[in-house]
Amino acid sequence: MQPSIQPVWNKGLESFSESLTGNPVLGWVIASAFPLVFVALFALVAVYAERKISAFMQDRLGPMEVGKWGLLQTIADILKLIQKEDIVPKAADKFIFVIGPIIIFVSSFAAYAVLPFSSAFAGSSLNVGIFYAISITALEVVGILACGWGSNNKWALYGAVRAAAQIVSYEIPAGLAVLVGVMMAGTLDMQKIVMAQGGDAGILNFFVFQSPFAWLAFVIYFIASLAECNRAPFDLPEADSELVAGFFTEYGGMKFAFIFLAEYGNMFAVSVILSVLFLGGWQSPFPNVGGVMLHDWTSGPVWGIGWIMIKSLSFVFVQIWLRWTLPRLRVDQLMYLCWKVLTPFAFVAVLGTAVWELYFRQSSVSVLVCWIIGGLAVLFGFYKMFIAKGETPKSPKIIIAQR
Amino acid sequence: MPELILEKPLAELLPVPSGALVEKQLKTEEMVLNMGPQHPSTHGVLRVELLTDGEVVSKATPYLGYLHRCFEKHAEALDYPMIIPYTDRMDYIASMNNDLAFCLAVEKLMKLEVPRRTEFMRVIVVELNRIASHLVAIGTYGLDIGAFTPLLFTFRDREHILSLLEWLCGARMLYNYIWVGGTSHDFPPKFKERVGEFVRYFKPKADEIYRLLTNNEIFIQRTRGIGVLPADVAINYGCSGPMLRGSGVKWDLRRDDPYSVYPELEFDVVVPTADECVIGDCLARHIVRAKEIYESLKIIEQCLDKMPEVENFDPQAAVPKRVKPPKGDVYGRAENPRGELGFYIISEGNTKPFRVKARSSCFVNLSTLPELAKGQLISDVVAIIGSIDIVLGEIDR
Repeated sequence: MQPSIQPVWNKGLESFSESLTGNPVLGWVIASAFPLVFVALFALVAVYAERKISAFMQDRLGPMEVGKWGLLQTIADILKLIQKEDIVPKAADKFIFVIGPIIIFVSSFAAYAVLPFSSAFAGSSLNVGIFYAISITALEVVGILACGWGSNNKWALYGAVRAAAQIVSYEIPAGLAVLVGVMMAGTLDMQKIVMAQGGDAGILNFFVFQSPFAWLAFVIYFIASLAECNRAPFDLPEADSELVAGFFTEYGGMKFAFIFLAEYGNMFAVSVILSVLFLGGWQSPFPNVGGVMLHDWTSGPVWGIGWIMIKSLSFVFVQIWLRWTLPRLRVDQLMYLCWKVLTPFAFVAVLGTAVWELYFRQSSVSVLVCWIIGGLAVLFGFYKMFIAKGETPKSPKIIIAQR
Repeated sequence: MPELILEKPLAELLPVPSGALVEKQLKTEEMVLNMGPQHPSTHGVLRVELLTDGEVVSKATPYLGYLHRCFEKHAEALDYPMIIPYTDRMDYIASMNNDLAFCLAVEKLMKLEVPRRTEFMRVIVVELNRIASHLVAIGTYGLDIGAFTPLLFTFRDREHILSLLEWLCGARMLYNYIWVGGTSHDFPPKFKERVGEFVRYFKPKADEIYRLLTNNEIFIQRTRGIGVLPADVAINYGCSGPMLRGSGVKWDLRRDDPYSVYPELEFDVVVPTADECVIGDCLARHIVRAKEIYESLKIIEQCLDKMPEVENFDPQAAVPKRVKPPKGDVYGRAENPRGELGFYIISEGNTKPFRVKARSSCFVNLSTLPELAKGQLISDVVAIIGSIDIVLGEIDR
């Protein structure tokens, strides 16, 4: 039941839209409008999800008033933000103040140009795609600094300087971890990186199961990406209990909405990069077993969108989960983690991958080693979660409110 | 040799080497950072002026008075029973404890005997309120460190205590329950059972705080060894409560200057041990609060057992028609969740006190802030303020 769209990974989205509309110009417009609409919709859903998930974790109900189960709450919030007066503080540097949120949003949105959402759907199949994505999201620092400096507020300045130090530092382990995926695929093109992880073996072909060093890089990139999105436990630039709201203290209305949108856009973008690099992007995880061609049945452009969404959204969920569980690190601990823990391990991962790719790749021994290591890791996780966990007696139900 | 007479010191007249000049021009300046009175982690309307060099705080000066309501002057114009609602509003997180401290002082002045059942009722509500207060302290401390979820967990359980107390006297925070010579109401029927139910419910929930916050690696990293207050410094400043016990001094007025029925009850004075924290740091103060919750639960359980049942008990029977203490002065004190709350009352033999002076534990504890915050990072200053556990209502009065 596949739609009759040919895989056009090597031509990019314009040909995809051209095949839909028969008009290259219209195709370009659609090509650029797609991610924009997507980011906006995703933020809408993710904000609601974050509220509901945090409410679930905290024994609350979360938004319940606007619409059934509060489903329209984020829409109401957006309406409120749109209606708000566009305030620029008197002491602020107006130009820098206004341009800050725009830079932040554009840099996070621009990364979507190269993200491959399916075999037939990538904004642009750039041959240096991953490099472009990493560097364009790093531009966010400029916007954050502009926000902090332009606000003419000491707390905002602290937030901005913290953000600059943090994001620039965490680029390094993140970049090295990305390099591991790139080395394994032998290309910087994100679409080709995904294609390198396809095959009959399904989930076994994903890079994270191909080498033990990919496991390491996978974990490192996830931690570093948390820091790059300013998510907890690395949300120091916007540390609400220390810096009031960090670099966006002075922002309100649509400017605030843009910063907010960029944060959620960024969360999703790094999750997509993570799943593309290590978890096979839009590839189906099912293997072909003998005559049961499960992999072939569940592959295709539309299936691909489903797979990459499942993978990325589960990372977004983990990001939300961590945010509502962990306290915040201190500035020096943040830098310690980056420079003395993540960066050395990232170098180990890069070197290890190089050796692995030269000598062990595709041998049966290597797959065995990977599975043993992976299995041990999973067993350890289960042990930590279910067995080592302290036994807590269940609280009896109480009905105190009765009069 | 003739002496050189120079207008300026020699060093300033000599040409400066170019490297030093650059360094001089690039010199950083200290920045004054105003923290509060509207700041999420100053716990109300505290204003702290920080002198910062980068992220390092070189000087912290607290400025008080944003919540000053002239309690002491006001009290001189009021009858004794009318002062009690004002004491409610001092440490509004633990109002029952304030009421008790004030009533103890007045009762001491009047040499008033309180019925035994009333004493137990007082201890139960006071300890319930102590738990509620520590829950707020722990929850907001987690918030200061950046963990949001413990706050909601502690407030969920505090809600049960508040509804118990609301059932008892109609108010959720400002109770006016403990009166001079008695209480305003007897326990409602089934109230004791409900309190026992709460204790059984809450014990596992208190462990939950440990698992979520106290044992969290990041939390320990953030608080361990931060804001260390040595025992002698704490004593010299006059600290009390968890602040003093966190520094390893076993001092609890319930044990060392016992009042009410506390001598009959068994409980430990919690001090931290050196293997779980650095004695006197933020983590130690947090651990003291977390463990005191268990002690309060113990006290409540014993009180529920020992409390005598009296037919048609009138808690207002011993309340004097007119509270008119004899001439003289008195200092009465009680162990509040935040430390020693004392009232010094001078009576001229009237129905109104001549002078009331409140000795606030938060005020004294906060005075250590400039010493503790010196040379720490901004995030640590937030952690230190949180660990002192201030309530501005009591500091400013």
